[in-house]
Amino acid sequence: MSSTDFRDPYASARETTEGTVYSVTGGDWDQTATEIGANKEERVVVNMGPQHPSTHGVLRLMLELDGETVTECRCGIGYLHTGIEKNCEFRTWTQGVTFVTRMDYLSPIFNETAYCLGVEKLLDITDQIPERATVIRVMMMELNRISSHMVALGTGALELGALSPMLFAFREREKVLDVFEMISGLRMNMAYVRPGGVAQDLPSGAIAKIRETVKDLRKNFKDNEKLLVGNSIWMKRTKDVGYLDLAGCTTLGVTGPVLRATGLPWDLRKTQPYCGYEDYEFDVITATSGDSYARFLIRMQELEQSLRIVEQCADKLEKSEGSPVMVTDKKIAWPAQLALGGDGLGNSLEHIRTIMGESMEALIHHFKLVTEGFRVPAGQVYTAVESPRGELGVHLVSDGGTRPFRVHFREPSFNNLQSTAAMVEGGQIADVVAAVASIDPVMGGVDR
Amino acid sequence: MFGVKGTGDTSGYGGLVRSSEQPGSSQRPFGSYFDEVADELERAYPLFSDAIEKVIVDRGELTLHIKRERLVEVAKILRDTPSLRFEFCLGVSGVHYPNEKGRELHAVYPLLSITNNRRIRLEVSVPESDPHIPSLVEVWAGNNWNERETYDMFGIIFDGHPALTRILMPDDWPGHPQRKDYPLGGIEVEYKGAVIPPPDRRRSYR
Repeated sequence: MSSTDFRDPYASARETTEGTVYSVTGGDWDQTATEIGANKEERVVVNMGPQHPSTHGVLRLMLELDGETVTECRCGIGYLHTGIEKNCEFRTWTQGVTFVTRMDYLSPIFNETAYCLGVEKLLDITDQIPERATVIRVMMMELNRISSHMVALGTGALELGALSPMLFAFREREKVLDVFEMISGLRMNMAYVRPGGVAQDLPSGAIAKIRETVKDLRKNFKDNEKLLVGNSIWMKRTKDVGYLDLAGCTTLGVTGPVLRATGLPWDLRKTQPYCGYEDYEFDVITATSGDSYARFLIRMQELEQSLRIVEQCADKLEKSEGSPVMVTDKKIAWPAQLALGGDGLGNSLEHIRTIMGESMEALIHHFKLVTEGFRVPAGQVYTAVESPRGELGVHLVSDGGTRPFRVHFREPSFNNLQSTAAMVEGGQIADVVAAVASIDPVMGGVDR
Repeated sequence: MFGVKGTGDTSGYGGLVRSSEQPGSSQRPFGSYFDEVADELERAYPLFSDAIEKVIVDRGELTLHIKRERLVEVAKILRDTPSLRFEFCLGVSGVHYPNEKGRELHAVYPLLSITNNRRIRLEVSVPESDPHIPSLVEVWAGNNWNERETYDMFGIIFDGHPALTRILMPDDWPGHPQRKDYPLGGIEVEYKGAVIPPPDRRRSYR
């Protein structure tokens, strides 16, 4: 069969009121190109994604092209919708953590912390959270910011054709994930932050490991810096690409590095401190050019700021060794205690002994809290944290029961992704990739 | 001890009668910067007492309940008045209160002012039988997707939205999943003519 005989049932031309529409699925390019070329008007709609290696997961971009220029861009999302918000309404407040950690899977600690801060605000126990738990949260968040930025930088570079930065970035990320694994038992989706504190205290040797990791990371970040900062190819691909100014950011609700790349030093850690961020020394990084390169530079420099915060946390944690990491109120604190046994992390035998052999009250208490959960007074709150992608807000509504009435996440990826059209329309199709990479959307967060 | 009253259900799993008494409206002084916000809004917007149904200060947050007809006007004032200047609207979150007869569906808009470093919240409630709220896309363009999501999940129709279509669920999906009367799971899914039963009705699980 010659190529001209080949007829793809899905790729055919059809007449519409707007002219002939060709659907191209590949394989018969020459024939279609000749046919389209014969037309006066050349307008091509290309579906980029949802299965495309440079769309950060399952983002679908519908691009209308004039030659290689993008004249219109629309996003199709929802391919990763998992109904987490609905599911949360059918589980206890504590179990909700396990769900929300899976939303934006690159920054699980931020999801957990934002959610827990909300629950604690509803319970009105914000000032009862032990200092040590708060410091651990801050440290975990900043480590998480590093691992998330590493993916943003690594995959961003990979999508633009630079393979080596990705290898370095994932090497560093792996080091951070090792720390997570040591502390929480899991590398991702840890459900480590709980309403009232954190699931467990740091294991012995954790601080030493963190200090060593910080030292390594600081040294190794230079590899990526040398590869990309000032690299002429990298700059040609990212400079003046995906431009969005301050007015665009405010009207589209864009936050995070994209907003700071316009010169506005808006970082919730500084402007509306939570978790005691006012006690840490760090700088808010900004840039002024508002393009993909500026966003890249901001992420690069935020790594160092996060390392600074982690170091300060390590100092504080050394001093508070042995103090509690869960609120003292036994009506809220998760009763199950974990301990490291011969076969890994599991239930603390001491705790099992107490509830099974010594105290009937403790057993009842354990059972009630674990199965039914605690009650949260009716009302609604909105809490926000500065996630690696911008303002991560949680809107929680309680009706006084043991399960949330409504959990809504204001995901920065979701809002930032809306600005894609503003960034790419009028530019080249190759720049779409650079623009989307600089927004750094995580589809798990966009679709929830 | 755990708050179970009357029902005698101590199993802890489902069936517990839930109270849904949300905090009532607050009286002045509201505390914090909330009085100032209310004063400024009252000065800039003469119809304040008509538009604002109630003001709630709870857990250090200010909520303004607004009549839906006045929503866009108030939003514009909140955005443009120099002393208020709420540049950011952080989306819209729907809430379904089936027990609040005549105002079952709520739309909640958290606002953020970068200029004054303040946050407030707007809330609009509409009956299920007439779920129309004017769109805020003309005021904050970034609300576009958020309103689509709330339409998708709750069926609130935002009048004046440029393209109010489903965003997360498939275009032809029946119902609005986040409503309280919509079940969790148990939905048949049709794909290219074939019907896939929900997990609990598949043969291997019977």
